[in-house]
Amino acid sequence: MPPETTAAPVHPAPDVIHNIGYRSYGGARLGRAYARRSLYSQSLRGAYGLGRSAKSKILPMLLFAVMCVPAAIVVAVAVFTKMNHLPLEYTRYAIYLQAVIGLFLAAQAPQSVSRDLRFKTVPLYFSRPIERVDYVVAKFAAMTTALFVLTAAPLVTLYAGALLAKLDFVDQTKGFAQGLVSVALLSLLFAGLGLVVAALTPRRGFGVAAVIAVLTISYGAVGTIQGIALNTDNTQIISWLGLFSPITLIDGVQTAFLSATTSFPGGHGPGTGAGVVYLLVLLAAVAGSYGLLTARYRKAGL
Amino acid sequence: MIATESLSKRFPRVTALDRLSVDIGPGVTGLVGANGAGKSTLIKILLGLSPATEGRAEVLGLDVATRGAEIREQVGYMPEHDCLPPDVSATEFVVHMARMSGLPPTAARERTADTLRHVGLYEERYRPMGGYSTGMKQRVKLAQALVHDPKLVLLDEPTNGLDPVGRDDMLGLIRRVHTDFGISVLVTSHLLGELERTCDHVVVIDGGTLLRSSSTSDFTRDSGSLAVEVTDSDAVPDGTGALAAALAAAGLTVQPAGGTGEYAAAGPGHVLLVDVAGEETYDTVRDAVAGLGLGLVRMEQRRHRIAEVFRTDEQPQQTHAWGAAPQERGSTDAA
Repeated sequence: MPPETTAAPVHPAPDVIHNIGYRSYGGARLGRAYARRSLYSQSLRGAYGLGRSAKSKILPMLLFAVMCVPAAIVVAVAVFTKMNHLPLEYTRYAIYLQAVIGLFLAAQAPQSVSRDLRFKTVPLYFSRPIERVDYVVAKFAAMTTALFVLTAAPLVTLYAGALLAKLDFVDQTKGFAQGLVSVALLSLLFAGLGLVVAALTPRRGFGVAAVIAVLTISYGAVGTIQGIALNTDNTQIISWLGLFSPITLIDGVQTAFLSATTSFPGGHGPGTGAGVVYLLVLLAAVAGSYGLLTARYRKAGL
Repeated sequence: MIATESLSKRFPRVTALDRLSVDIGPGVTGLVGANGAGKSTLIKILLGLSPATEGRAEVLGLDVATRGAEIREQVGYMPEHDCLPPDVSATEFVVHMARMSGLPPTAARERTADTLRHVGLYEERYRPMGGYSTGMKQRVKLAQALVHDPKLVLLDEPTNGLDPVGRDDMLGLIRRVHTDFGISVLVTSHLLGELERTCDHVVVIDGGTLLRSSSTSDFTRDSGSLAVEVTDSDAVPDGTGALAAALAAAGLTVQPAGGTGEYAAAGPGHVLLVDVAGEETYDTVRDAVAGLGLGLVRMEQRRHRIAEVFRTDEQPQQTHAWGAAPQERGSTDAA
């Protein structure tokens, strides 16, 4: 759509040449949905440091590389040793590299929301056509997309490699699709949790620490208790304990529904029945994050 | 432009606005009130960000309660507080804000370049804003409010934190927003003095109620006076006294300013307050001073003390509230 900025000097004085005057704008105003998309793309680009200083590109790009390199190595090994299947499942990849995903989230979620709170840019956004809901949706969607790009890129590498190595097409496509669903759920869940934690504080440092703490402490606690349960032969409880940390929640869902192999101790993953509970908890966590963010910005906007 | 009708906003503990009814037309309008008088609350209601407890308000003929988004598309807002992320340049920031207002990408870039030039930011607009002076930051804040060519801008304390020169620049810029850009302005301040130079119309609120709404010329007519201070010379040892006599002889009303308050530094009885009868008063004063061969230290339009406005007002209890901030009044007069 071409901008229709017309030159209309307020003072049409022919002897004034140094001042071209104020030009009013008569072109399109694309409204709320466009503003929301603009905020989404700016936040998504910001998550990878695009449109920001060179310094802020380093960490996200480095993490992106770290995320993809193992996939490239796996592919190389599979192609050159002529394996008949990939040495790891698509669904397992994000679980192995959860620390990288956690670091990315811890660095970028505060970048996305704490900055706006700290520098009080939020009221400026709300003085634009967008509403609070639009702000939350745009930030949530941008963080989810950023995480999805991070987690899906290595899966694409694996899939491309698998096809190059002429592995069974149907098998690989099914595994790849399951992997994509799994990382999509993971992105939603992590983005929600990360943003809620980061939006609590205008201090970026606190945000980073808090996100890391939430992810590692919950995972550590769940893993430890599961280990104890395994040693005391309480295998029944292992599959339920996974509900209490984000990454084990994803593990449980994909074990139950996406034919993944669980990484729970002793392989005691949830069955389909428990899997439904896992899925419900996951969806509740995503919806809850959205609700908390909306509530948070009811106050922060003013 | 703006019309409110018994608009009230109550918070659990305080009443920010109490049945406020004002009608604000095109042009530059000043909204004056002490800190906590309800200025910022009114702006938030006008932007449709905060619902009024009762009453209604319209901006550009649109109801704030139901058509907030449409209002915000055509209105610019410059907040009182700092709102600029330090790690991006003014250009990037204003472009982003233009897009947030609904401008397509190309138009957003063009308008940003134009607007930043109009507010007086040139090469420095490519640098991160963290290194800007307060004056430059205020200009960026103004630019982001103007970038989408609104019909009306709401400026919340735009001169906050600026030195006298920066303050004058900003006020001049605000004047131009209306005269050159054709955009109506609602500007808040707790200093009446600086607004009377800039605004066509001044609305004074206190404690959420309307104290006064009138055109600026009404304010000036009430107590137009000129402060004059002169030196003594060998020929005329009591310069002030001689001038007072000369001016009185010329038919002007003259009285010495008190030894306290704004002219305390000059010493008691050294400043004369001359009532301005018209343009020729300035000439009369000049000629009288020159005729006596004295040095003219000061000849200035006296800034109104806000209290004076209320002295003529029929709500004497309000004067007390203003008296609580004597420091602010002092600084207006100095500026």
